[in-house]
Amino acid sequence: METKLTVSLSPHIHSHNSIDRCMWNVIIAMIPALAVALWTFGVPALWTVLVCVGGCLLTEWIVEKFMFRRRLTLLNGSAIITGMLLAFNLPSILPWWMALIGAIVAIGIGKMSFGGLGCNIWNPALVGRVFLLISFPAAMTTWPTGVASGLTPTTGASSTDASTGATLLATLNGSNGEIGMDSVEFMDMAIGHMNGSLGEVGSIAILIGLAYLLITKVITWHIPVSMIASAALFSWAFGGNPLLDIFAGGLLLGAVFMATDYVTSPMTRQGQLIYGFMIGFITIVIRRYGSYPEGVSFAILLMNSFTPLINRYCHPRLFGRRKKQRAA
Amino acid sequence: MGVISTTVLVLGGIGVLAAVVLFFVAKKFHVYENPKIAEIEELLPGANCGGCGMSGCHAFAKACAETDSLDGFVCTGAGKDIMDKISVIVGLEAKAGIRRVAIMKCNGGCEQRQIVNNYDGVTSCAMEGTLYQGETDCNYGCLGRGDCVSACIFGALTIDPHTGIAVVDHDKCTGCGKCVKTCPRGLFELVEANPEKPIVWVSCVNRDKGALAMKECNVSCIGCGKCKRTCTHDAVEVADFVAHINPEACVGCGECESACPRNSITHIGNLLPQLKEAES
Amino acid sequence: MKLLTFRKGGIHPNPSKLSSGMPIVEVGVSPEIRLELAESIGVPARCIVKPGQTVSAGEMIAEAAAFVSAPVHSPVAGTVKRIEKVRDPQGFWREAVIIATEIIETAVDEAEEALSPRSQEEIDALSPKEIVDIIGNAGVVGLGGATFPTRVKLSIPEGKHADIVILNGAECEPYLTCDEVIMCGYPDKIVAGCRLIMKAVGVSKAVIGIEANKPQAISAFRRYLRGSDDIKVVKLKMKYPQGGEKQLIEAITGKQVPEGGLPVDVGAVVDNVATAYAVYDAVYNRKPLTQRVVTVTGPEIKKPGNYLVKLGTSISTLIEAAGGLPENTGKVIAGGPMMGKAMSQLDAHTTKAISGVLVLPASMSVRKPEEPCIRCAKCLSVCPMGLEPYQMMNLSIAKRFEEITDLHVMSCLECGCCSYVCPSHRPLLDYIRYAKQEIRKLPKK
Repeated sequence: METKLTVSLSPHIHSHNSIDRCMWNVIIAMIPALAVALWTFGVPALWTVLVCVGGCLLTEWIVEKFMFRRRLTLLNGSAIITGMLLAFNLPSILPWWMALIGAIVAIGIGKMSFGGLGCNIWNPALVGRVFLLISFPAAMTTWPTGVASGLTPTTGASSTDASTGATLLATLNGSNGEIGMDSVEFMDMAIGHMNGSLGEVGSIAILIGLAYLLITKVITWHIPVSMIASAALFSWAFGGNPLLDIFAGGLLLGAVFMATDYVTSPMTRQGQLIYGFMIGFITIVIRRYGSYPEGVSFAILLMNSFTPLINRYCHPRLFGRRKKQRAA
Repeated sequence: MGVISTTVLVLGGIGVLAAVVLFFVAKKFHVYENPKIAEIEELLPGANCGGCGMSGCHAFAKACAETDSLDGFVCTGAGKDIMDKISVIVGLEAKAGIRRVAIMKCNGGCEQRQIVNNYDGVTSCAMEGTLYQGETDCNYGCLGRGDCVSACIFGALTIDPHTGIAVVDHDKCTGCGKCVKTCPRGLFELVEANPEKPIVWVSCVNRDKGALAMKECNVSCIGCGKCKRTCTHDAVEVADFVAHINPEACVGCGECESACPRNSITHIGNLLPQLKEAES
Repeated sequence: MKLLTFRKGGIHPNPSKLSSGMPIVEVGVSPEIRLELAESIGVPARCIVKPGQTVSAGEMIAEAAAFVSAPVHSPVAGTVKRIEKVRDPQGFWREAVIIATEIIETAVDEAEEALSPRSQEEIDALSPKEIVDIIGNAGVVGLGGATFPTRVKLSIPEGKHADIVILNGAECEPYLTCDEVIMCGYPDKIVAGCRLIMKAVGVSKAVIGIEANKPQAISAFRRYLRGSDDIKVVKLKMKYPQGGEKQLIEAITGKQVPEGGLPVDVGAVVDNVATAYAVYDAVYNRKPLTQRVVTVTGPEIKKPGNYLVKLGTSISTLIEAAGGLPENTGKVIAGGPMMGKAMSQLDAHTTKAISGVLVLPASMSVRKPEEPCIRCAKCLSVCPMGLEPYQMMNLSIAKRFEEITDLHVMSCLECGCCSYVCPSHRPLLDYIRYAKQEIRKLPKK
């Protein structure tokens, strides 16, 4: 026969889904939040994003080219996501060399030291962010001035720190409840007119991203919904304002883009619910009782460490099992 | 008493306490192990190849140290001199073990066997072999995906880039038998590597009838029986349309090789020259 | 109306039913017919003819060798030339009877005249046991692809009883339309076959499950069944693997077959619609199963369609009938694209298992390179059996087969959903199949 047939096992067709497609969809979903960040913080934000993405790509290229010596995977988008997420977690006025260190740590230690894509235990962007937070605590909590704090001007919250702005959560954490909830401008928070890390300010933009991810079926609702719901629940239980806890700070950003990271989140639906629930709980505990005003990053990293354990004990329900149990 | 001295005292106390506890625990749970075992293990190659029939080098060392006679104990990976050293340690006489090597019973490289389809799947003989016939028409021959290469811990197996089939480097082969267990088509066999006797074997296991086997491969054994008739030592068996040479009866004369009309008998005369040198 | 479906997993491949609505075209008898003896799951049939012997159309040439075994009949009149091993589509050698066809046209007609159909009275007088025997002797097997002898399915084991007969007209595999044409063309015969099956297993109700993308088939049955209430037609949601036996039972009855159990454990007997048609032919027309409808299709095939073929006809004859093999062919698949087997050469022949011949161009034939698992959990969410394919693949690579057994790998129905969705193009099912094969070799605990 002149034509040689190709032989392989079934199935012979594929959904045409690919890593690149998943990753680029996440990047598209992050664009609204990026736009809000640029609108709120201006040019410095753009520089931070570019430094982080560039740093991540460069680190990945160096490690893959000279240490792993394997096929380059720069364009599959995962390093770009890490870079963008890292930038989203930084103050816009962070010195560029700190952002670069964060990017190198995120990819070099957070991802490549475990063997690259799919092997890391912790979310690389958060590894980078927490590294920076612990190394440069002052710079990492220095927010630009001239941006609305999310409080009505009459309370004069920003006067607590004359030279730099403060995030809403930090202000509230330091005020010991002196500043009432009624002074919070929810409208400003929703559209991103408040202070904080780059990506966390535009709540509506993040929710648009969530909708996009759900529609394109990149993620399922389990992690974000359980995480937000549990944060709201415990916020209420500890006497806080659930709405404030959800919309101020990085909870939404974490719930939509970081806790849902494929590699570091559990596999089963049941496991994902537990995981999201625990992140919400730990976040609120850190916010209420910890010394940090913000706890999302630590909560996600903590639960990332528990992911293998959750995978070990949460299995999907086997077809045909339900009947048996009822009979037994 | 300053803060520092309190700290030093408390932490030092905890350290001492822990040391005492550890000491007694170590005493209590100490397991006696024959020192010979460690000594023997030191000599062994540590490849855990399993060629000796034990689960690994430690198990072999343990067995050597505890046995009454070294009969049948042989480290295939290291050879005779190691066994001599072991015999000194345990104070028993080591018999010269039979050195074995693996032979590969397929000679159907890509020039001999036409590739009739393209396999597109996981690079693994085991998986390809369970799926279908393989890329050539022959249902029995080497698939060339290198399961044996990754199984061999001594680096004695390679896939020849020109022919696409596995090749045994008899100098490196220790006869551990990993490849025998690994090959899904059962192409490997262990034979005695006697420096005095060349190895002769039938490089084909195709059990198809002659006409079919002839179509499938240029160097296939068709079971014609010429080798059997030629052999003066009654070493050749023909069953299921394929010849097999009994390595124990064979004297390595190589008569059958010249008689074979299909060139499917392989004959390695000067096997293991370095072994020969060592003996002399 | 809410469409019925199974709960867990499933995917939505592009249906690509190119040959939908095409009439059944009969393929001419080829001069040489090769009949495999292992036409069904179980023990291969025992050959009862000798070379040189003449056989008539419909004559049994091999008898069932065990309970799970089906006899083989000659589809043509001719002479037995040889009994030898031939290649099956995977290139493995199988024992087969090779028959040289004689006087192609008339032989078939004469044979058909010789078999006088049973009258309705005769059929009404048949006992369930007799029906099962007739079906068994006619060599009827499941025509969905698994080729499980129908006689075995209809013999309800001691201590169990069936409440419902389900006819599988889901045809969830993309490209295939062979069941659809039979359902559109012969609803009467399928219903008659269904009533025979119901009688054989002593059940008074039956459901025909058809996927929503075959409205013609559904209305054909609805029209024919107007006024009778023993058989219901159910529209099923389009979802793969809707036609999987366990999935179909769940969609229709809401019950899940227990792990390692048989459909009869939840009181269901499932047969393909084409099988019901074969049952009708066997009982009414005394015709054994010697032909089947095969969909020959593919994006580049000139005349995709549904062809009525004598068993034993070579695949290349079939492809010729559909306009020949296109230039850029990369892969020829026996069956559908999800579960069908790629053929290593075209020198194979039609068997009872081949429901379709799918010709894919070279561009659709080669897999994309494998990338690392990103643990997206898509394989978990699409698995209709609630398994963890990613984990089973990892353990299979590590050859830790004992542990895979604990993950219920033997429940896997090899539908291929996991490999289909994997964004990293990982060959999950390849490794799971390999693990299953290795586990079968392990000593039983």
